[in-house]
Amino acid sequence: MERFTGPISQAGQCVLFLFRMLAGVRFSGSQVLTVLQQTYLIGARSLVIIMICGFFVGMVLSLQAINALEQFGASDQVSLLVGKSLFRELGPVLTALLFAGRAGTSITAEIGLMKATNQIEAMELMAIDPIQRIALPRFAAGVISVPLLTALFNALAILGSVVFSIGVMDLDAGIFWSKLQTGIYFEQDFLGGLWKSVVFGGTISLIAVYFGYSAKPTGSGVGTATTNTVVLSSVLVLIFDFIMTSFLT
Amino acid sequence: MAMMNDSMTDNLDSEAPIIRIRDLVFRRGRKTILDGISMDIHRGSIVAFMGPSGAGKTTILRLISGQLRPDEGSVEVNGQLISSMSDRELQHFRRNIGVLLQDGALFTDLTVFENIATPVREHTDLPEPLIRRLVMSKLSAVGLGGIEERMPHELSGGMARRVAFARAVVLDPDIMLYDEPMTGLDPIAVSTIRTLMRETNKALGLTSLIVTHNVTQMQLLVDYCYIIASAKVAGEGRPADLNVSTDPGVDQFMNGKVEGPIPFHYQPPTSRWGLLD
Ligand SMILES: Nc1ncnc2c1ncn2[C@@H]1O[C@H](COP(=O)(O)OP(=O)(O)O)[C@@H](O)[C@H]1O
Ligand SMILES: [Mg+2]
Repeated sequence: MERFTGPISQAGQCVLFLFRMLAGVRFSGSQVLTVLQQTYLIGARSLVIIMICGFFVGMVLSLQAINALEQFGASDQVSLLVGKSLFRELGPVLTALLFAGRAGTSITAEIGLMKATNQIEAMELMAIDPIQRIALPRFAAGVISVPLLTALFNALAILGSVVFSIGVMDLDAGIFWSKLQTGIYFEQDFLGGLWKSVVFGGTISLIAVYFGYSAKPTGSGVGTATTNTVVLSSVLVLIFDFIMTSFLT
Repeated sequence: MAMMNDSMTDNLDSEAPIIRIRDLVFRRGRKTILDGISMDIHRGSIVAFMGPSGAGKTTILRLISGQLRPDEGSVEVNGQLISSMSDRELQHFRRNIGVLLQDGALFTDLTVFENIATPVREHTDLPEPLIRRLVMSKLSAVGLGGIEERMPHELSGGMARRVAFARAVVLDPDIMLYDEPMTGLDPIAVSTIRTLMRETNKALGLTSLIVTHNVTQMQLLVDYCYIIASAKVAGEGRPADLNVSTDPGVDQFMNGKVEGPIPFHYQPPTSRWGLLD
């Protein structure tokens, strides 16, 4: 029985946790400041990996696209293909997966350790709400950082594509940019993808703070919670991606 | 004082106990952690809870701070029933208690200064220069002036405990709860903490409750001691009286004997499969 009710009650707890966090939103100066601090910490943590991965994804996408398009003599369309798939799918999804592995895990581990070392309890005893003080800023920072990181990932991927298509394959730079400019729509492609990444950011960081907060306060408990964060948030990102794509486009 | 009857407890003169626990029962699942505990703790006193690990000492502190609610019986602090407080009342109540948790529980991402300033920022509107003065005076009171910019991981165990102590008393509470404040410290640090607890209790007119395993330190420090074993109060009294007690449970604990009424062997729970625990 536990096997079936367990996950359902966990999901319920997680949603309640979200409401408890949102009830703590104040827009006060100190709260905004901690959110910005966390955005800086969480964003900066993921910056390098996002940039490197974005660049190489852009290169390999162009390589495959050119290979395929060449058969129809359409390799000058490469920027369109790369751009569409990047902005709509690969940018948001890959960034989210990388974010889950890089920042999600460290949020869970950090909060879990705070719990294991009684810091959370100490806060409650000082009449400070740890959900508002610890969980909320990290959650908000996740919602803010993922779209920003996605934009950065996309930019670096385009750069990778430029380097490979124009630099290596000697395609015409003018055609490359004009196809990109006329073929990619701001609303459909760019905003559509950005909107997804906001949802992904929320999902990952909710799971990360919730798992950290509900981790068993031991070394192995924190380890398990950290693993669960990556696994569950990666799976959910892919599921939500399909749902949003099929309903919203 | 022994002559005073129950009618006196209605008005809050200094003789009424500041903490009054009656027939307290606390369970976790099927396991009864505390089973009918009663105690009166008087204003200004230093009281110890001793007993084997897992006896429920920390649980008593958590029932007093309102983190846990009793299944039966009552806990009153200053004449207020803790279990009937709303969340908001509880928050307010907690400003008047300082807690030193096991290992100090300093916030690892904040400097020493910010650790001590946290409760002040949260609960007062003091301007920054005053906060600074308050924090610095508490830091030098624990003998650690000049370390305010360090991070917790740069402190020794004894220093961390003293910083946590400064943080716990920064808002001048009425009651201090200490959970194993001396465990894991070297002898000098132990004496330092003991002296701090004693002097602060006197200087601020506090009431202090201390969970400890250290019989020697307990005798040097406290006015009254409760020995908790097998979910009940196995013995109580002033340290001098406990020392000469003929009660076998008290004698066993005070002198660290293996043989005695306090069981050495772990007793497994009665539910055979453990499915419902
Ligand atoms: N969160 C918890 N869940 C279940 N059992 C607990 C929990 N906390 C403590 N206990 C149990 O309650 C009993 C008393 O614990 P505690 O008050 O921490 O003991 P002490 O501080 O005297 O060592 C122990 O047997 C412990 O296993
Ligand atoms: Mg304990």
